[in-house]
Amino acid sequence: MDVSKLVYMANQIGAFFGSEAETSAAADRVADHIRRFWEPRMRKAILEWVDQCNGEGLQPLVLQALQKHRQKLQPAG
Amino acid sequence: MYSVKELDTGTPMRVSTRLVTLEIDGQSVTVPEGTSVMAAASTMGVKVPKLCATDMLEAFGSCRLCLVEIEGRKGYPASCTTLVEPAMKVSTQTSRLARLRRGVMELYISDHPLDCLTCPANGNCELQEMAGVVGLREVRYGYDGANHLDADTDASNPYFSFDPSKCIVCSRCVRACDEIQGTFALTVDGRGFASVIMPGPTGNFLESECVSCGACVQACPTATLMEKSIAEAGQPEHAVITTCAYCGVGCSFRAEMQGTQVVRMVPDKNGQANHGHSCVKGRFAWGYATHPDRITRPMIRTRISDPWREVSWDEALAHTASEFKRIQARYGRGAIGGITSSRCTNEETYLVQKLVRAAFGNNNVDTCARVCHSPTGYGLKQTLGESAGTQDFDSVQDADVVMVIGANPTDGHPVFASQLKRRLREGAKLIVVDPRDIDLARLPHVQADYLLQLRPGSNVAVINALAHTIVSEGLWNEAFVQSRCDLAEFEKWKQFILLPENAPEAMAAVTGVPAHILRGAARLYATGGNAAIYYGLGVTEHSQGSTMVMGIANLAMLTGNIGRRGVGVNPLRGQNNVQGSCDMGSFPHELPGYRHISDVATRSLFESVWNVQLEPEPGLRIPNMLDAALDGSFMGLFVQGEDIAQSDPDTQHVTAALLAMECLVVQDLFLNETAKFAHVFLPGCSFLEKDGTFTNAERRISRVRKVMPPLSGMQEWEVTTALSAALGYPMQYTHPSQIMDEIARLTPTFTGVSYEKLEKLGSIQWPCNDAAPEGTPIMHVEQFVRGKGLFMVTRYIATEERSTRQYPLLLTTGRILSQYNVGAQTRRTANVVWHDEDRLEIHPHDAEQRGINHGDWVGIRSRAGETVMRAVLSERIQPGVVYTTFHHPFSGANVITTDNSDWATNCPEYKVTAVQVSRVTQPSEWQRRFTQFDHQQQDLLAQRERVGTKT
Ligand code: SF4
Ligand code: SF4
Ligand code: SF4
Ligand code: FES
Repeated sequence: MDVSKLVYMANQIGAFFGSEAETSAAADRVADHIRRFWEPRMRKAILEWVDQCNGEGLQPLVLQALQKHRQKLQPAG
Repeated sequence: MYSVKELDTGTPMRVSTRLVTLEIDGQSVTVPEGTSVMAAASTMGVKVPKLCATDMLEAFGSCRLCLVEIEGRKGYPASCTTLVEPAMKVSTQTSRLARLRRGVMELYISDHPLDCLTCPANGNCELQEMAGVVGLREVRYGYDGANHLDADTDASNPYFSFDPSKCIVCSRCVRACDEIQGTFALTVDGRGFASVIMPGPTGNFLESECVSCGACVQACPTATLMEKSIAEAGQPEHAVITTCAYCGVGCSFRAEMQGTQVVRMVPDKNGQANHGHSCVKGRFAWGYATHPDRITRPMIRTRISDPWREVSWDEALAHTASEFKRIQARYGRGAIGGITSSRCTNEETYLVQKLVRAAFGNNNVDTCARVCHSPTGYGLKQTLGESAGTQDFDSVQDADVVMVIGANPTDGHPVFASQLKRRLREGAKLIVVDPRDIDLARLPHVQADYLLQLRPGSNVAVINALAHTIVSEGLWNEAFVQSRCDLAEFEKWKQFILLPENAPEAMAAVTGVPAHILRGAARLYATGGNAAIYYGLGVTEHSQGSTMVMGIANLAMLTGNIGRRGVGVNPLRGQNNVQGSCDMGSFPHELPGYRHISDVATRSLFESVWNVQLEPEPGLRIPNMLDAALDGSFMGLFVQGEDIAQSDPDTQHVTAALLAMECLVVQDLFLNETAKFAHVFLPGCSFLEKDGTFTNAERRISRVRKVMPPLSGMQEWEVTTALSAALGYPMQYTHPSQIMDEIARLTPTFTGVSYEKLEKLGSIQWPCNDAAPEGTPIMHVEQFVRGKGLFMVTRYIATEERSTRQYPLLLTTGRILSQYNVGAQTRRTANVVWHDEDRLEIHPHDAEQRGINHGDWVGIRSRAGETVMRAVLSERIQPGVVYTTFHHPFSGANVITTDNSDWATNCPEYKVTAVQVSRVTQPSEWQRRFTQFDHQQQDLLAQRERVGTKT
């Protein structure tokens, strides 16, 4: 998958939920959205991006969401 | 006029709880107050002779044929204009009346050509019928006096002719155009004997304001206004009720037939979405169904540079199944997927998603709603709890204020627009939010009270500023919010919306809308009585599409404008079955009825009925499929009735992805743009060739009925079951009604739906279940589907697609009345006389700066690509913004649109693309390549090896 596009999309999601006053709750909602709508290979690709390139380009909130909810987001198998 | 079999009560039937009993021809009859004597008589089977009256129109009282005698009254009142009164005693047939009526008819006939036997209306002409009814035997005036018999016929409209020599000046046509359609294209010119019907100042229909809706033709009692199809084929011998397959209004039609040939489509006056009205597309543009371009045999080829080879259905499906299995074996189970069509029936889309989930074994299914209303589904589900509009169309009759956002109903949803225009003429107020000065804002007799001509991409800023005004000025409905909404979330939202950054004054620089206009609109919406919002793709097709839908729901909840007639949040759905395709589980994350695939209980339910284990993970959405194809992990796609190579954004990206696939299967009527990249072509059926149901924008499920056999020999649902069987997952149905029964069994909002009930009720608005056995016209009445209404914080975030030095203009897109989306159907009808190419609308100021004149060829360049079309100078568009339609593939409107999309749903941002425009002299590089490829593919089609000609 084109990671730059995934980064862009993840940041867009982060921007919407970023209006939440509380960052931790916002991170939960970002992760939940990605979990509910992203197909496993997209989630896998973005998590690899976090691992291999420190999630370069990701907004801090999104990076936090991906790290905090890694297990939930990691596709089975 | 109506076809012979329909009852015409003469004047509209009234609805009232107060009843009136009277006597007609010695028999007692009870009717609602306000009913005419003529209509009351018709309920007893008494037909009073009439010419100027028809039940689609208010009574006019000009022909004097419907005279009756009423005990105690002097003279002979006209029964069409006389209302019933208690204890009235009416006689409709006396010798005096007969004499008078004969006299009236004699006058009419003395100025009418007597060519009945060769007239296209023969056998279905009210004048002829009335001459018979009144017993006309002679015309004493002779035919030598002044007359209109030499008047020329106007055949300029492609679908109907106007022969003034046959006109009786009953003005039914004029009134139909005014009262029903609301276009006011016709006038009665002159007085008395000299009066004639005039379409516009030139007297020519094609050059007039006429939008070819056909209402006047339907209203005309003679052959003066006559469908050309009837003039050619003769009168129909039977009729079948079905549903239009174009837009989300979902008009009900009588397909009038001679055997299996359609001779006319007439809007059904019992149709609950359209009440007997139609637009040019449904009424006239059905010729594509038998167009010579139709491909009716399955075809396969190995490479897209090979000629096609016609094969049997068995071979085509076996080949498809083996290719899909090969791809899955090589690249994994998730390497194939399917796209369902919003043009197809509920049963067909349900089956395709079932095919993907059960036979492909993944959830890679999506639908064209991805690119139009997916944000509606998401946004309304979050806030209100259900992914659908809240009202029926008729609800607009109780609206006092109507706000239309990012929708152009007179072009996109014409029959609803006619209903809306009627309400506006009655005095409802109108707020239009649109970058263009659309027709609705300037109607005959109606002007928008507020036109918020915003900059493309600033919707959320506008909706926030409206909400800010309402809250800060204390105009919100506290009682409603207190009792119906989640208060903790409301408080959070309230704090947000009151931030100074959301004030109209602060937002004016972004939106381009002066603060005082915005405040005025907010006050009107909040305090003007019942306020309803109607919106279209100008809301959804943005990077903040979902945010905007939530903003709209917030506004409706804030003012208590939800849960009763006259109010609500109403998405105007694009395609005929876009609501249905979403309901049927076409999205990769949802099973039918909008239930998430990860929900164990729902999944188990489907698993037990489908007898298969389902994948719990969401699948790929269309843009993700394309990305995955370029990435090498998605290699096979089944596309039913959609043309992503033309309709989806960033064409060059789409076609690169299609080229990367190893097996692309397209099912369609024609070799559409996507099919030119396909390896397997499966012929599809037009709506006239199949049974099923469509669900319109008001959640109304209506029957589609087969009126002719499928040209390909198989309906789509049969093809899907056969493909599924070839893949090793047989499905057992013998009729689409059984598919609906399964949907009803598995979907809580559909449990009460069946073909039997549809037969009985005509149509059903879901939810239809034990709680609402006859359906639900209005939702969220007592409480929201999700319980408490949820206010969502909707911060305005500017799209990254903004004007720059390199691309200083913003391109936005839309549709036109006569063409439909990618135009595959309408381009193959005479509708091309109104729109034979897409053009670029540009403000004269921007044009002048670039040395562009009206009609010049201009290049439109964005970061995605470049195309060329002709310029139209127009002040309807604001400086800095340009506009085009996307109905013709050669225009390449989507070569320019980018891959930006809605944050929540990936719905593309068609409505904002930064571009530069300049004068050019030749087509773009893309257009040259397109033409070459198109010629190659047309040649390969023409060279196809036919079944039966193989050696
Ligand atoms: S076709 Fe429709 S718009 Fe045209 S004149 Fe007749 S009623 Fe009016
Ligand atoms: S064109 Fe037809 S409807 Fe119109 S005035 Fe003449 S006869 Fe009546
Ligand atoms: S308004 Fe829509 S559904 Fe009705 S006839 Fe026109 S295209 Fe068909
Ligand atoms: S039908 Fe009543 S006056 Fe013409």
